[in-house]
Amino acid sequence: MASTVLTPPKPETRDSRTGGPGRIPPGGDGFGGGGSNWPAGRVSSHTYQLGMWFALVGIVMLFAGFTSAMVVRRGMSFDWVSIALPRLLWVNTGVLLASSLTLEFSRRSLTRLAAADFIRWLGVTVALGIGFLVGQVVAWRELAARGVYLATNPSSSFFYVLTAAHGVHLLGGVLALGYLAICAGRIARGIKRRTALDVTAIYWHFMDVLWIFIFVLLMKWA
Amino acid sequence: MSETHAAHHAPTGFIRKYIFSLDHKVIGIQYYFLALFSVFVGLTLSILMRLHLAWPHTAVPLLDKLSPLGAPGGVITPEYYLSLLTLHGTLMVFFVLTTAPQSGFGNFILPIQIGAEDMAFPRLNMMSFWVTFLALIVLIATFFISDGPPIAGWTNYPPLSAVGGAAGPGMAVGDTLWVFSIAIFCVASMLGAINFIATTLDLRARGLSLMKLPLTCWAWFITAILGLLSFAVLLAAGALLLLDRMGGTSFFIPGGLIVSDKILSNHTGGSPLLWQHLFWFFGHPEVYIAILPGMGVTSHVLSTFARKPIFGYRAMVYAMGAIAVLGFGVWGHHMFVSGMSPYSAFAFSILTMAIGVPSAIKTFNWIGTLLGARIRFDSPMLYALGFVSIFVTGGLSGIFLGQPPIDIYFHDTYFVLAHFHFIMGVAAIFGMFAGTAFWFPKMFGRMMNETLGKVHFWITFVGVYAIFMPMHYLGLEGNPRRYSEFIDNFLVPLMPLHRFISIAAFITGGAQLIFLANLIWSLFWGKKATENPWEATTLEWTVPSPPPFDNFAGLHPVVYHGPYEFSVPGAEKDYIMQTDAEVLKEG
Repeated sequence: MASTVLTPPKPETRDSRTGGPGRIPPGGDGFGGGGSNWPAGRVSSHTYQLGMWFALVGIVMLFAGFTSAMVVRRGMSFDWVSIALPRLLWVNTGVLLASSLTLEFSRRSLTRLAAADFIRWLGVTVALGIGFLVGQVVAWRELAARGVYLATNPSSSFFYVLTAAHGVHLLGGVLALGYLAICAGRIARGIKRRTALDVTAIYWHFMDVLWIFIFVLLMKWA
Repeated sequence: MSETHAAHHAPTGFIRKYIFSLDHKVIGIQYYFLALFSVFVGLTLSILMRLHLAWPHTAVPLLDKLSPLGAPGGVITPEYYLSLLTLHGTLMVFFVLTTAPQSGFGNFILPIQIGAEDMAFPRLNMMSFWVTFLALIVLIATFFISDGPPIAGWTNYPPLSAVGGAAGPGMAVGDTLWVFSIAIFCVASMLGAINFIATTLDLRARGLSLMKLPLTCWAWFITAILGLLSFAVLLAAGALLLLDRMGGTSFFIPGGLIVSDKILSNHTGGSPLLWQHLFWFFGHPEVYIAILPGMGVTSHVLSTFARKPIFGYRAMVYAMGAIAVLGFGVWGHHMFVSGMSPYSAFAFSILTMAIGVPSAIKTFNWIGTLLGARIRFDSPMLYALGFVSIFVTGGLSGIFLGQPPIDIYFHDTYFVLAHFHFIMGVAAIFGMFAGTAFWFPKMFGRMMNETLGKVHFWITFVGVYAIFMPMHYLGLEGNPRRYSEFIDNFLVPLMPLHRFISIAAFITGGAQLIFLANLIWSLFWGKKATENPWEATTLEWTVPSPPPFDNFAGLHPVVYHGPYEFSVPGAEKDYIMQTDAEVLKEG
């Protein structure tokens, strides 16, 4: 259990710019029925989460583009040679799934005001995220050592494209988690809202799901 | 977050206030001027092209300074003609039609119309603009490299766009820059779209239900969804194309390709058609990204100046939604001659025709709005009426082109040119003119000059018909696109018509200087605008012109009425503001 004594995180108050006391917006959920999350001096956690969900829609479309290109390219050519995926990818998958789990441990620790646990699990998550990325690079090097490069074959091209595109997105997630780790103390003490944490968590779990999709796609078709 | 909070104090320094501003109004104006710059560059390119088409051997002063290779002695080479064409298309489609109506007006007006003090994510908003700016710089840079801009057109079809310098001047570094520019633009557009969607869904004022939104907001909202879904796919396509160009892959390059008498031996099995599918999956929704905001502005302005509620508000909303949904299923109609199965072509054709239904609903409702109205013919109204006229003209030729048997004949002729310039180019531009004339008082606190506005409208309106109507005939005669000179026997008799089009283009292009002059003059010396000069009903007309830093000065508007309550029986004025009954309740 955390040794630090914690003040509970502040509820989502909406102090107006004029310096008035926190005001709770009048009824409605801001969605369809006479939206109401305005009047506010700042934007609510809900809005950030909504923004993230739509960002994920954009990312889905990006990978849908790559996927459909792969399906079409495979279907219309005679030069497709399947590649044997590095076994390390299984380990990497495990690492990434574990990181989602530890991120949830971290968030739950924050909810029950266990600051040290929160920070520790967040640190573990960052480490696992970096571990995954390092693992992916090692998997690349293994393929390269086998003589399988970007331009070797369409299947290897798509392997590198999909893993790299996912890796870049995951790197963004690691940077976000790293930023959160730096601010973790302030979040734990309730000085800083936990919105960024919750929004990053949506992103991070989505990166998991996306990776599973890519992994299955590559196993089946690459 | 505390940063966001701090962002809502008015900045004081010049750089934070006007350059790296977080204020949606400043960002909107930045987008507007970025588009204004782009549109005049794009217009200049089209004037050069029309000059070359009609009088191919004319020397253009100073052009050889810009491109000694492309215009030796000032005379445009066929390859440089293609460079001009590529940059004209790219600038106009991405940096004008996608930028001004959505990111420009949308940024400035949407938060005010929904009663918010800014966009949901001001930092992201600033980033979207500066990333767009970067994309523009990268594109413009192609003018200043030794072999000039790429020659592949705005659609940048492989295989020639994928094989580098062998494909012609501008296709080495120039085309790489082009793909980078577009990829950067995709990222910016997606960031902007996320912001628009979250803002519209979450930051509406109390009482402002979705079905009380002005149609402009609906248009921006739906356009943002289109942008989010389609630019992502173009980004994927652009990444694959860059890898073909720089990484030696074969996504789009088939084997055994011979370019400039050399066999490209290191590529196999790629499919140029794959690019077309990905590109047009973006490219067709892009057409609606360009036109939907114009539809929104037109509906808004027609209702305001007809002093009547918009005819069939819900039908208008559903029609826009239907256009957006159907717009994702019709990309194949750009590819009827690509060898696709006739069954696919049939499906794409049916879906294309189906878009005629919501389009007709919108046109019907615009006319219904005008029917029996005492119309105020101020310049915003003229431009909006111009939009309706041009939308119908351009839409009708779309019904021809949407049918494979007819399209096979018309493909790559001036008929297609006439169609998309009317529907995508000119109609959307008229939407922008309407938006400018309508919102200029709100944006800059001064009125534009009415006389200059009317003169500009009439010359432009007649001018665009003089330019583009004859192109239908040229297409019927089989006149191909993208040729820089017409020396074939069957084309020579068409030269007088080409000269007529060119002269019309010069006059119409010159008339745009009237618009520019009006804009600049009014910016400094126009009559001071009142709060609500057009007697309109929506929220932006409840705040001073221009609005203060946080739009509502710390107050929180409450909405009681729909956006188009004009000439309501029993009301004391002929319009009811959305906030009437209880104006700006103190927070």
